[in-house]
Amino acid sequence: MLHTVNKSSFERNSLQTCLNTIDDSSVILFIEDGVINAANNTKSSMIADLATQGRVFALQGDVEARGISSKLADNIKLVDYAGFVDLVVKHGTAVSWV
Amino acid sequence: MATKKFMYLNRRSSFGTVYAIESLEVVLIAAAFEQDVSLAFMDDGVYQIVEGQNSDGIGMKNFSKTFHALGDYDINKLYVSKESLEERGLTESDLMPLVYEDEDDDWAEKPSIKIVTNDELTAIMSEQDVCLSF
Repeated sequence: MLHTVNKSSFERNSLQTCLNTIDDSSVILFIEDGVINAANNTKSSMIADLATQGRVFALQGDVEARGISSKLADNIKLVDYAGFVDLVVKHGTAVSWV
Repeated sequence: MATKKFMYLNRRSSFGTVYAIESLEVVLIAAAFEQDVSLAFMDDGVYQIVEGQNSDGIGMKNFSKTFHALGDYDINKLYVSKESLEERGLTESDLMPLVYEDEDDDWAEKPSIKIVTNDELTAIMSEQDVCLSF
C-alpha cells in the first residue's frame, strides 16, 4: 500500500496514526505540508527506520517550496509528480491521511 | 486616527493552508492604516520566513518575497520563537535576512528579525492592544 501524509506532525497526529497502522511492505509519501516530516528535526526519529529501508518518499516540488531541500533527514527519497504516479501504480491501494 | 498596537501570530507554514498569505494581506492593510504592527512566527509558522523557498514546482505564488517589503512599510518587529526553531532543527541563519532602514539612525540598515523565547514573547504579547492568530 501507499500512504500519503499531507500534514506536519507538529500540527496534527496523522503521521503517527499512519505509522501505527502501516504494514511491512507499505511505503509513505509526504506531500504538501507533510514534507515538513521529511526535514531533519526533533520528530525525525519517527520515520528513521522506515527511511533506512528506503520506504519514505517526499514530493520534490513541495520540498523546494518550503525551502527545506538542504535540510532533509537521512535516506528520504525525492520524487516528482511522475514518480508519484509510479508509486500509485506500483503499490496499488493508496491511503490518503488527510 | 488613533494608533493601536497590533500583533499577528503566524503559526502555520506557507502553502498547505491559506492562513499564511491571508495574514500577510491583513498585515499590509494594518500598515496602510499606519498602525503599530508586530509579527510573531511560532510553531510551523517559522517556515514562512525560511530562506530559499521555490514554489515553481507546485504552481503557487512564492509570496515569501513580500516579507522583504515589510521594512518599507515600517514593519520591523518580527519576533521568531526560539523554541519553535530549535524543535525544527532550524537556526536564525536558515531564515531570510529581513532588514529595515532606521530613519532615526541615518537610515542605517538593521535586522527586523529578533529571536525570542516563549517568556519574552509572553511579555511582548501583553503589551499589545490586539493579537490576531493565523
